[in-house]
Amino acid sequence: MAEPLLTLAGVNTKIGRYHILHGVDFAVPKGGITMLLGRNGAGKTTTLRTIMGLWRAAEGRILFEGTDLTKLATPEIARLGIAYVPENMGIFADLTVRENLVLATRERAPDARRLQWIFGLFPALEKFYALAAGALSGGQKQMLSIARAIIEPRKLILVDEPTKGLAPSIIRNMITAFKELKQTETTILLVEQNFMFAESLGDGVAVMDDGKIRHAGTMKALAADRDLQQRLLGLHLDAHQ
Amino acid sequence: MTAIPATKAAVLPKLQRDWLPVLLVPIVAIVAFPLIGNFSGWLTLTVAGLAMGMMIFIMASGLTLVFGLMDVLNFGHGVFISIGAFAVTLVVVPLATMVQADSVLANVAVLLLCAVVAMTLTGALGWAFERAIVRPVYGQHLKQILVTMGGMIVAEQLIHVIWGADPISVPPPEAFRGSVLIGDAAIERYRILAVAVGLAVFVAMLLVLNRTKIGLLIRAGVENGEMVEALGYRIRQLFVGVFVAGSALAGLGGVMWAFYRQTLTPGMGMEVMVLIFIVIIIGGLGSVGGCFLGSLLVALVANYTGFLAPKVALGSNILLMVLILMWRPQGLYPVAKR
Amino acid sequence: MLTSLLSGDFPRSRALTAILLAIFALLALAPFLFPGTQPLNVAAKICYFIVLVASYDLLLGYTGIVSFAHTMFFGIGGYGVGLALYSWGADWGAVAAGVVIALVLSIVLSLVIGLVSLRVRTIFFAMITLAVASAFLILASQLSNLTGGEDGRSFSVPALLRPSFRLFEGQVFGVAVTGRIIVYYLVFLVSLALFLTMIRIVNSPFGRVLQAIRENTFRAEAIGYRTVVYRTIANCLGAGMATMAGALMALWLRYIGPETSLSFSIMIDILLMVVIGGMGTMYGAAIGATIFILAQNYLQSLMGLASKSLEGLPLLPKLLHPDRWLLWLGVLFILSVYFFPTGIVGRLRRN
Repeated sequence: MAEPLLTLAGVNTKIGRYHILHGVDFAVPKGGITMLLGRNGAGKTTTLRTIMGLWRAAEGRILFEGTDLTKLATPEIARLGIAYVPENMGIFADLTVRENLVLATRERAPDARRLQWIFGLFPALEKFYALAAGALSGGQKQMLSIARAIIEPRKLILVDEPTKGLAPSIIRNMITAFKELKQTETTILLVEQNFMFAESLGDGVAVMDDGKIRHAGTMKALAADRDLQQRLLGLHLDAHQ
Repeated sequence: MTAIPATKAAVLPKLQRDWLPVLLVPIVAIVAFPLIGNFSGWLTLTVAGLAMGMMIFIMASGLTLVFGLMDVLNFGHGVFISIGAFAVTLVVVPLATMVQADSVLANVAVLLLCAVVAMTLTGALGWAFERAIVRPVYGQHLKQILVTMGGMIVAEQLIHVIWGADPISVPPPEAFRGSVLIGDAAIERYRILAVAVGLAVFVAMLLVLNRTKIGLLIRAGVENGEMVEALGYRIRQLFVGVFVAGSALAGLGGVMWAFYRQTLTPGMGMEVMVLIFIVIIIGGLGSVGGCFLGSLLVALVANYTGFLAPKVALGSNILLMVLILMWRPQGLYPVAKR
Repeated sequence: MLTSLLSGDFPRSRALTAILLAIFALLALAPFLFPGTQPLNVAAKICYFIVLVASYDLLLGYTGIVSFAHTMFFGIGGYGVGLALYSWGADWGAVAAGVVIALVLSIVLSLVIGLVSLRVRTIFFAMITLAVASAFLILASQLSNLTGGEDGRSFSVPALLRPSFRLFEGQVFGVAVTGRIIVYYLVFLVSLALFLTMIRIVNSPFGRVLQAIRENTFRAEAIGYRTVVYRTIANCLGAGMATMAGALMALWLRYIGPETSLSFSIMIDILLMVVIGGMGTMYGAAIGATIFILAQNYLQSLMGLASKSLEGLPLLPKLLHPDRWLLWLGVLFILSVYFFPTGIVGRLRRN
């Protein structure tokens, strides 16, 4: 098997007095989408934030192409080619859509071809390009947040619950967009609670509970094994519609 | 490729520019007119108010930006104003002839030099202040207040050491002394200069904030510093830069304030801090536009009530603050914070 | 008995106990140990400042509230008693009336400030209290008909407390027991009582909730304590104690004015005292106040000597000039915030 892009080994994270991650071990293979599933409070968001350096790992290592991320500050981690799409989308409401995208590039303006590709995926962004991002709807903000992560090629994108609070039609569009992203060189680590979304997109899957990884493997295998799903997630494949 | 269907809002949502607070300034001016009675008196007071407001804006803008971006309230900000003011002596004393010369060019040159010297000095001090005093207590508001106050105490004492405790007289350069007559009203030349400088600073700040990438970073950082870092920018360096710029602005404000008051006293920066705090609360912590409006409002109200009912001048500003907070609890232009 | 007097809050350090006992003894016997006007002035000032600083510690150290309005309440107490004695004659009725009016005014003001502002962030609250206190200072200076303006008011105190009064003929340890001594002991005993009361308050269940709120407001709220209520009560208690300190000051000085009670420099002095002494310890207030006021009165002469001896050297004489004593205290203050957040008391307790 090829060298994984990202490896977490024994990662413990504490926030104040709360010990959230109790030794997380797992690897994200290069390419495709790896899903990180689990109940509320399992530690999925904490894992992403720890990778991104927003929260410090008290113990353990996070290897990304040979570099230990636990030793770096967030800007450095981002510069290694890792993008972060947070749970609250993290878009800048007072800035325009254009300005949000410009911030995500190293240049003064986004690359024209890349921008066209993004407009193809998310036409609303072209329509509201000069509008303050705060005026966008929830779904559009999520599109912008994702667009920001792909406006320049990245090696790894961390996405936290992109479908939260969105209407099913918009979720379907998002699935299409992610399927297209899969064609690129980018690896995606995506945290989700919506199993239908996860199952339709995921190549690999890891399930978390109580700050530890309980299961890791391929999505195909998990989708085929209803008992395993029941044990890990307490629900069936077709439960989330 | 599937086209993502348009959302319910088929019409492009209008970019609402929030103009209401801007109207407050002319409203206050207009309301004051009948109370004052005569046009020339009103004009004098209004120009005085605008001039003072511009100077307060220059002094306060650095503070509000630093707070908005870094969540740091520098209680010692007043000391940078004082130092900027005292730095004037470093130019005015050796170049006394230029100050008194009849040439506008020489006078303007002296003023520019004062500004440059003061801003360099306060900028450098700001850098040192940030490193030594502020940085160790990032995120701890209580300690920040205490420590910056401590810095203020020490710095004020150092002013005593270097410049002595006696008030120093600093009349402005020749070209800006005295008044021009507009109808019946005698408008001080210096005040007109102050308005011009203030407007220039405001426009420059708006341009930087809205047209440059640094300005973009600052505006984004004020909203969500974490996300800016996650996009790969070292926000710490931005912090230092803004802190230095804020201190330099305070220094510039100090220069303007020095020539306005025409006397230097070690406590002059601190005296104006109460008004500055009121201004940035009214304007909304972190908002440059709000700070501008707040400064004008506070200065106009101070001047009008100073004339109409001197005993309640400061109280009137507190009343203004309370009224505005009742209307908009986060200030005129609240900044959307994480 | 000592346990209940100190409400179980012992100094917990031999050095600290020794220092506190020394302070107590010196203050208790001051009129006889140090006859003369200045030492007694210093001693009395230490007494009511201990109350003032301790009341500020209640807010800052125990509840985590940064308020710049504290001198306002101090001033209200002073003006209450002072103006009452000035306007209604020098008798105990006036004193009582003055105290009551001042307390009511303080508590109402602190209630309003608290309810309005304690919902907002620390920094907002600090700025608002600063603005209110400044306005009050200006008001006191402006209403000269009532308050005597910038010059303040001198007034007479009840006969028992006047220097001309003699309790009995003859001397005790070589000192005549005049009204001055009596008013000193009044100040001393009331200060002691108030100080012990505050120790009782911070060691009560109420005090523990305050500390919980200081540690983690969010958590306290989640557990079910209505933090705004607690903080408002703390605010009022602190204000009330400061008012009492002001009343004592007025009785001692027989003078009240904006400079001596409302100025911002007093606020800074209080901050210095409470931080250097040790926040959140109460005893820190006692130590901080003592050190500061002794320095204010005696260190300056020392510095003057040092400065003269270094005459001729470039910067040093100016830095050591007696007027610059605040510079060094400011440096000590900054160092305390960084390295000794628990102040002198914390340091002593650790050893």
